[in-house]
Amino acid sequence: MTKNLTTLTIAETHAGLKKKEFSSVELTKAYLDRIKTLDKKLNSYVTVTPEVALEQAKEADKKGFASPLSGIPMALKDIVCTAGIRTTACSKILENFVPPYNAHVYDRLLKAGAVLLGKSNTDQFAMGSSSETSCFGVTKNPWDLTRVSGGSSGGPAASVAADLAAFSIGTDTGGSIRQPASLCSCVGLKVTYGRVPRQGVIAYASSLDSIGPFGKTVEDVALVLNAIAGKSERDSTTPDAPVPDYSKSLKKDLKGMTVGIPKEYFEQGVDKETDKAVRDGIEVMRKLGAKVVEVSLPLTKYAIPTYYLIVKSEASTNMARYDGIKYGLTAKDAKELAEIYVKTRSEGFGDEVKRAIMIGTYTLSAGYIDAFYLKAAKVRTLMKKEYEEAFEKCDVLVAPTSPFTAFKIGEKMDDPLAMYAADTLTVPAGIVGLPGLSIPAGFDKKGLPIGMQIMANQFHEEKALHVGYAFEQATEWHKMKPDLN
Amino acid sequence: MKLSHDEVRKIAKLARLGLTDAEVAKFSVQLSDILSHAKMLEEVNTDNVEPASQITGLKSVIFKDKVVVCDHSEKLLEQTPQQVQDNLIKVKNVF
Repeated sequence: MTKNLTTLTIAETHAGLKKKEFSSVELTKAYLDRIKTLDKKLNSYVTVTPEVALEQAKEADKKGFASPLSGIPMALKDIVCTAGIRTTACSKILENFVPPYNAHVYDRLLKAGAVLLGKSNTDQFAMGSSSETSCFGVTKNPWDLTRVSGGSSGGPAASVAADLAAFSIGTDTGGSIRQPASLCSCVGLKVTYGRVPRQGVIAYASSLDSIGPFGKTVEDVALVLNAIAGKSERDSTTPDAPVPDYSKSLKKDLKGMTVGIPKEYFEQGVDKETDKAVRDGIEVMRKLGAKVVEVSLPLTKYAIPTYYLIVKSEASTNMARYDGIKYGLTAKDAKELAEIYVKTRSEGFGDEVKRAIMIGTYTLSAGYIDAFYLKAAKVRTLMKKEYEEAFEKCDVLVAPTSPFTAFKIGEKMDDPLAMYAADTLTVPAGIVGLPGLSIPAGFDKKGLPIGMQIMANQFHEEKALHVGYAFEQATEWHKMKPDLN
Repeated sequence: MKLSHDEVRKIAKLARLGLTDAEVAKFSVQLSDILSHAKMLEEVNTDNVEPASQITGLKSVIFKDKVVVCDHSEKLLEQTPQQVQDNLIKVKNVF
């Protein structure tokens, strides 16, 4: 019985809790036991919170299960502030930082009755595509422990894929939810910019960052989205856009939906098996009643430089707050103020964070700002226009999530540009603020997961969820689980 | 384009980062590669295009100019690794 509880989806778990087949405490203990036994192989958790989890589970058992997330155990990416619980951004500079307040997304999940199992591993300050830059080491891919789980939300993705959490929360700036979901075989949703409040989530690039769920199924992701989406008085970038019941948009057929295939996405070095799996997936959608059209997005090849010029510029500004004065690490033996700044930041930040800060400092400096940052910001305007025109011809865009399946640990660490290229297909949704859902779409000959990405126009998560759900229900990919024994 | 070691040291100083000579050498190659790759954006015609600073049509949000109780100060001051004096964080000499 204990073994089975952790394999259940949120929807199945909720039904079982309501019928009193098991309690939230039993369920939480099952997940905690599984984490204790298996997470040493994966390294997906930075901090496990058993006392907090069991206390929250007891409360849920007392209160009853009014919400679909009542008593459901989850993990939060370690850049989501949790009052009284260490939140490190997986960086030495915040290694012992204990926030004095909760992120709004955590408060919303607590209100819905969710149970916190712990904080998940991530690339340092969410900057990366493999979780290798975490100061706590890489999170290994549950399907092949010699390979990466993707990034930056490698921990949240791997834990859901390996049944070490019923769902998790990650962030996506240029692919950091979708790419690990694709590499680990679970469902990951990047929301529209501003759909979910960012207050209390450690910032990377403030005009792109988004918070979103990982789940075992599309339905599970819709249930979590219901609990966390909506305008927040703590985040003025969350507009008053209505929040529909996302679980009501999950239909099994695609009659009336038009799927657009963005031609240029398939020309960005996508490997053969990934290309085939996604094209086969589009055929499944056609059989479910979708109309399929080809669309052209010529600016696609400029997405990566556009992306990194903008995000590294914004990151350099956001990283300026880590100065050894207000919180976090401070350098010992510094005699003057300037020395505190320099020593703290040099000791506390990893290489990719330093690179990001330096790129941003350069591209925002007088003499270079026009050629780099402002140029990229203008291309961003043009990309937005390109996607608006594309969505006049289709409801969703379907493409691979990642050009390739999980790469070996260490393979790209010496080549930052090669690492940035892992996000070729996911950065456009970040630049243009679009929602994008990654769902399992197959496996390659090595047994590594292939993910398919479904993008919709801003504030149309329901279309991506609808198409994803129909595809999922017509296929068996989402039922496959990695063997960790 | 190639960033010289001196340029990298200058950027590091502006960013309040201290780099070893080995790091300066390594980063100058990596940063040069990254910035060279970005030059491909010159192929895109952006004449008369406004730079985007935000992408979802946000408008300024106004709050009422009303005093509310904010009891955070103690919790926030507990965070500092520096000394606290008179409810203020005491920092080292500027020079």
